[in-house]
Amino acid sequence: MTDSFQSRIDLEMTINGEAVELTVPAGRHLIDVLRHDLGLTGSHVGCEHGVCGACTILVDDSTVRGCLTLAAQLQGCEVWTIEGLTEKGVIADLQKAFVERNALQCGYCTPGMLASAKALVEAEGVPSRETIREHMSGNYCRCTGYEAIVDAIETVARQRADETGARSRAGETVAKARAGARS
Amino acid sequence: MKASIGGYTRAETVSHALSLLAEANGAGRLLAGGQSLIAALNLGTTSGDMLIDIAGIGALRGARIDGNRLIIGALTRHADIASDPLIAEHAPLLAKAAPLVAHDAIRNRGTIGGSLAYADPAAEYPACAIALDATIILEGPNGTRQVAAQDFFLGLFETARADDEILAAIAVPMAADGERHVIREAARRSGDYALAGLAVVRRDGRHRIGAFALGDRPLLCEGAMAALDGGDIDGAVAALATDVDPTSDTQASAAYRRHLAGVLLRRIAIDLGVG
Repeated sequence: MTDSFQSRIDLEMTINGEAVELTVPAGRHLIDVLRHDLGLTGSHVGCEHGVCGACTILVDDSTVRGCLTLAAQLQGCEVWTIEGLTEKGVIADLQKAFVERNALQCGYCTPGMLASAKALVEAEGVPSRETIREHMSGNYCRCTGYEAIVDAIETVARQRADETGARSRAGETVAKARAGARS
Repeated sequence: MKASIGGYTRAETVSHALSLLAEANGAGRLLAGGQSLIAALNLGTTSGDMLIDIAGIGALRGARIDGNRLIIGALTRHADIASDPLIAEHAPLLAKAAPLVAHDAIRNRGTIGGSLAYADPAAEYPACAIALDATIILEGPNGTRQVAAQDFFLGLFETARADDEILAAIAVPMAADGERHVIREAARRSGDYALAGLAVVRRDGRHRIGAFALGDRPLLCEGAMAALDGGDIDGAVAALATDVDPTSDTQASAAYRRHLAGVLLRRIAIDLGVG
C-alpha cells in the first residue's frame, strides 16, 4: 500500500447527539460500526446492497442506506439511529401509530420504515396515499402488505398538519387581537 | 457481504485526486456517493480497490450557466438535481429523471457524475445525456477533455474515460423556448432499475430519443427519431424495435423489453401531442 492510502481511518462523528471518536477499518460499513462496534443494534441489516431499506438511518438530517455508506465517508457527520430518535421523542407519534395500526409484525423493517417515514411527515401538508407509497417504495416489508404502514404514516401526517394548522390559527388569533388592541 | 478494499483516502481537490490516481497505479477507484460502487463492493464484483473519496471536492458540486450551456458538477446529488431551479429551467429532462433514480435514501447520496461514469445501461442519466446531446467533461493529467455523450458510452459499464481521468461535469445545451423533455420507464417496483426506458427531447421540431435498459449501453434511436419527426407513430414504434438491442435476463425477456419500449414510445408521443 502507498503512503496516501490507509487501511484504518480515524473518525469523529456525532451519534445520537453524542460526540464519538473511533478508528475503523477503511472498508467498514456505517451499519456495522453502529451495530457491532457501538452496540446500536436497533438498525437492521437486510440485503446489504441497498435494495431492502432495513438499514435506513439519518445522516445530517437525510435518510441514507447504512449498508451503502462506509463509516470512513462520514468524518464530522451527525448520525441518528432508531435508539436516538426514540429517546429524543421526535417520532413518538409515528411509533404509536405504527403500533395502533398494526403496521409491523416481525419488526425487522420497522427502524428503516420509521427513518424513511420521518422525512415524509416532516414535510409540509398531508401527502396522498400514492405519494406515501412512492416515498416508502425503497423499504421492503414482508409481513404487513404495506396497507397498515401507509395508514399509520397518513394518520401522523394528518395529525401533524392539524397541529400546525391549529398553531397558525392560534397565531393569527393572537395577531388579530394584538392588531385590535392597537387600533 | 462485506466490502473488501485495498485502502482509502480523501482527495481535497481535482488535481490532488489525479495525483492519488497516479499513486494508486491502476488500482485507484473514485468514490463519490458510493451508491453503485459500494453495492458492487458488497456483492464482491470488485475488491482490493484503493478508494479515492472525492465527495469533499466542493468545486465539483452544483449547477451553473456558462454561455448557452448548463454545467452540472459531477458531485451534484440526485436529490439536488430534482430540486435545483436552474436544472428545472434549463435541463428539465434531468430534473424529471432524478426522481426515477432509486429511492429517497439513495438519491440523498448518489451523484450524477457517479451514474454517468458507472455507465449502467439501465440507468436514466446516460440515456438523458444522449437525448440532450450533452457533453461529458473529463479532467486528466494532460488537462480537460470534452467528449460528446454519444461517443462516451462504449458498452456495458464501459466509457471513454481513461483510468487516469476524472469525470468532472456534464454540460447540457440550455433548453430553448418550446423545447419539450419527456422521460418514461417501466420497472417492477418504483425506483428499481428499469426494464425499459426512453428519454426524449424535442428541439426545433426534431426528436432525440435515448433508450435505457434496452441494450449494452444507452442507445440513440435514430430510426424512431426520423419517423417521429415525420409524425409517424406506427413507423417510429416499428423502427424502435430495430434501434434497440435488449437482452433477456431474470427480470424480463428481450421480446418483452422491446414490447415495453414501443408502449413507452406511444405514451411519450401522446405526452408530446405527436400524431
